[in-house]
Amino acid sequence: MKNLIEVKDIKKNYGKKEAVKGISFNVQENEILGLLGPNGSGKTTTIGMLLGLLKPTSGQIFINNLKLENHRIEILEMINFISPYIELPKKLTVKQNLYVYSKLYKVKNIEKRIEYLSEKLRIEDLLDSITGELSSGQKNRVSLAKALINEPKVLLLDEPTASLDPEVGDFVRTFLEEYKREKKISILLASHNMSEVTRLCKSVLMMKNGEIIDQGKPDDLITKHGRTNLEEVFLKLSRSKSEFY
Amino acid sequence: MSFTRIYGLFLRHFYLITRSFPRVLDLVYWPTIQITLWGFISNFFATHTTYYNNAVGVILTCAILYDFLFRTSIGFNMLFLEEIWSRNFTNLFITPMKIGEILTSLVITALIRSLIGLVPAVLLTSPLFGISILELGIFLFFLFLSLYIFGITLGILVSSGLLRFGPSFENIAWSTMFLLAPFGCIYYPIETLPEVFQKIAYILPLVYIFEEARNILINQTVDVENIYNAFIWNALYFTLSIILFYYSFNAAKNRGTLINMGE
Repeated sequence: MKNLIEVKDIKKNYGKKEAVKGISFNVQENEILGLLGPNGSGKTTTIGMLLGLLKPTSGQIFINNLKLENHRIEILEMINFISPYIELPKKLTVKQNLYVYSKLYKVKNIEKRIEYLSEKLRIEDLLDSITGELSSGQKNRVSLAKALINEPKVLLLDEPTASLDPEVGDFVRTFLEEYKREKKISILLASHNMSEVTRLCKSVLMMKNGEIIDQGKPDDLITKHGRTNLEEVFLKLSRSKSEFY
Repeated sequence: MSFTRIYGLFLRHFYLITRSFPRVLDLVYWPTIQITLWGFISNFFATHTTYYNNAVGVILTCAILYDFLFRTSIGFNMLFLEEIWSRNFTNLFITPMKIGEILTSLVITALIRSLIGLVPAVLLTSPLFGISILELGIFLFFLFLSLYIFGITLGILVSSGLLRFGPSFENIAWSTMFLLAPFGCIYYPIETLPEVFQKIAYILPLVYIFEEARNILINQTVDVENIYNAFIWNALYFTLSIILFYYSFNAAKNRGTLINMGE
């Protein structure tokens, strides 16, 4: 299976502080990789480097075999991102926002693309609504539509279901599973929702203090650490000292 | 350079204006107030001083020119700040837009925003004060162009600061024009300034633009050298601002400012 994301020994220092300490991993086509770790473990910094918003201090990133350092624009055409910490312009309608981003990504046949995503994400009735007036569940689905507007090969998700009620959360997870299966995209999922990670991810990376302290399939990690679920594994690793691993 | 992307970013701000009547009102309101205020002041000066005796519209024309500069510069900053305030900054910078495309789109949008405010104000001057800024003739175009370039230059410099230092730089965005205004010799000849300030004024394009506007209106002659000097200084500052913007963008990528911009 082809690697769509290849991260080779990337480091990020802010002055003397080492935010990411030389991590390496791959994400294959049609795979969801979970990125777990306590706050401040380096997850957001890692995602920032993959998006080209942060320059690694050293190391290399390849997306679809293209080196990010040399092919930033081509890579950004095939990648997208969703996070509860960023929003779409609140005063624009949902359709205006999707139209603007279609233009920015040079989407062909914009109307058809918006129609397709609206139907899949059940936002047809929201297209003429003001984005800022939507509920958090509705905003989340609209942001997901924006993140898929360019038919990305690689999707980076930072807490995609944070603050959603269980019904909407389940809808988003089911949608992501089906969309990944249908389009064979790679997804990097940073989440604190362990049941979500267990359900969606083929394998996970555990980060702490800028390092990968463990990795593997969720079931294998649970067995390895002698716990009953991934949340217990997370707690054990988060509370432990790094030198144990 | 992709015109589709440039148009896309323009649309984002155009939709914002068209969706909100208060925003359109805000664009028109301040230039109109400014021009009306200075219109009455200039009427007073015209009847009580000898300097302005033969040119009733000097102050008013300079007020219109200054307002255009102010609106262009602030307008550019507003477009940039709008992305920060709406927490859309990261979304924008992860699109495949090149820096040149972002700047081009903001430059065009800032011009349209300025014109929306300026045109009604200019149209008001004729019936209210019997003055037409068009008296400056073809040279009016060069003066406006020069002011527009300098306004955009200031906007790019402030945006570079926002990129480099984050939202904390916002206060500087509002104060730049007020800092430069005294050196621009907008309403008075450069000789009015102390000698040290004159030296500073001469390295700004503003002084040449406003000196020339007064020269055309008062002396009814054209000094092409003033217009030429304004363009030379503009070319220098504009080039420096573009270089600084690229430098700030790269610095922001090193410091992580692009990720935390909305916070």
